[in-house]
Amino acid sequence: MRSLMNIATIFKRELKSYFEAPVAYVFMVVFLVLIGALTFMWPGFPLFERGVADLASFFAWIPIVYLLLVPASTMGLWAEEQRTGTIELLLTMPITLGDAIIGKFLAAWLFIVIGLALTFPVIITVNYLGDPDMGVIFCGYIGAALLAGCYVAVGLFTSATTKSQVISFVLSLTICFILVMAGTPFITNLFSEWAWVITVVSTLSFWTHFESIQRGVLDMGDIIYYLSVMTFMIFATYIVIDNRKSA
Amino acid sequence: MLEAKDLYKSFGSIKAVNGISFSVAKGEVLGFLGPNGAGKTTTMRMLTGFLPPASGTATVCGHDMLSNPVEAKAQIGYLPENAPAYDSMTVENFLKFSAEIRGYRGKELQTKVETAMERCQLRDVQRQTIHTLSKGYRQRTCFAQAVLSDPPVLIMDEPTDGLDPNQKHTVRKMIKEMSSNKAIIISTHILEEVEAVCTRAIIINKGCIVANGTPDELKKKSDTGRLDDVFRSLTIGREESK
Ligand SMILES: Nc1ncnc2c1ncn2[C@@H]1O[C@H](COP(=O)(O)OP(=O)(O)OP(=O)(O)O)[C@@H](O)[C@H]1O
Ligand SMILES: [Mg+2]
Repeated sequence: MRSLMNIATIFKRELKSYFEAPVAYVFMVVFLVLIGALTFMWPGFPLFERGVADLASFFAWIPIVYLLLVPASTMGLWAEEQRTGTIELLLTMPITLGDAIIGKFLAAWLFIVIGLALTFPVIITVNYLGDPDMGVIFCGYIGAALLAGCYVAVGLFTSATTKSQVISFVLSLTICFILVMAGTPFITNLFSEWAWVITVVSTLSFWTHFESIQRGVLDMGDIIYYLSVMTFMIFATYIVIDNRKSA
Repeated sequence: MLEAKDLYKSFGSIKAVNGISFSVAKGEVLGFLGPNGAGKTTTMRMLTGFLPPASGTATVCGHDMLSNPVEAKAQIGYLPENAPAYDSMTVENFLKFSAEIRGYRGKELQTKVETAMERCQLRDVQRQTIHTLSKGYRQRTCFAQAVLSDPPVLIMDEPTDGLDPNQKHTVRKMIKEMSSNKAIIISTHILEEVEAVCTRAIIINKGCIVANGTPDELKKKSDTGRLDDVFRSLTIGREESK
């Protein structure tokens, strides 16, 4: 109970601090412009190309656009606390490290989900242009929100490892990039000789699990995969902060 | 109320704190003295649960910092070195945040924050964001955060650092006023401050306690009867003999 209240307090502060700084709005606008432009321009809006109204290209671009948005939004979570020394205040307050980590994680996740929610005009557009399967779209958004959680968890982790926001950004972008690309044909084709490698690599990839959700299948396995990635990364964050030698 | 037992901490090859034990009772104001790099800040960080000691324990009002950190931390108000505070928040919101995290809600929270701002004379800057504050006001904001919940133990790392003479005076007066029902530790490089507010002082050098006593007892260790001579002989003398 007390833990929940602490998480809520941390969460509120963190979320507010996003909107206190102008960078948050910049990220948001860049995200919306980028995803909007990519969806409608390349590889050609499906309605015109294929005569189907859906958001396939929108969802296909999500993992790529997240690569910029999410690391940029999470890079400060712990790095900034460590650079300015506020971590010393935070960790000497009567809360557990777990409360602080979860509060921050949830705030950053919600921030991305807010960005995702602001993409609603694309839904209106496809509905205006045709008659899309709303079930598939709904499913896609759930998948996109879960995927955001994984990216945020990776960013939370890299942010804990350094005082520098830039390093955190580069690290989380790299890790997410690898996790996304691992499941794409570019990489899996490299291992065409060894089937088991393909299975392992693609099971670990964001891409593989996001693909099936985009097709409108909310598979329990995929959901468990996302939740495990988040749990693992949050746990790793805990270990890193708990073991930091210096201050 | 606060007890440190055999604290050790090293960073790589640097032995920052090398077996420090002491205790502070209610009503005491303990001054931490020592040259730069002596290990004062590191000791305070272990007492407040920010750094885990390599060995040894810290106990706060009967709660062990290692086995029961949340309870122990709830008893402590802490002003870290260089007064860290969330730069993008306003003074008022920052204090509200720390009150909320200490469990206050609603009207009670409001009263606590108002009182703290009043006592630390932060009214003029209450709506200013912290990164626009002058050094002294930032120091006071962080000080306000430490005393806000009226905790039984106060640990302050150079509380008067960066304050103007009037504010130094005010802070010392506040520390004295609060000391009757608290155990307080302050670190300082200003020796007059020790005579002005501390009931007892510990001199630390290279991670070890080299003197522990009331200001008057310490003064007797030197022929001149001056605290800075005692300080010098205990800290420089050691260095040369090694
Ligand atoms: N995070 C760290 N990493 C490595 N060494 C550290 C770290 N923190 C402190 N030290 C070292 O530990 C020793 C004690 O430092 P500490 O900050 O406790 O000194 P201090 O007594 O507070 O000094 P000052 O009067 O300058 O504030 C110093 O030699 C310092 O270099
Ligand atoms: Mg210090």
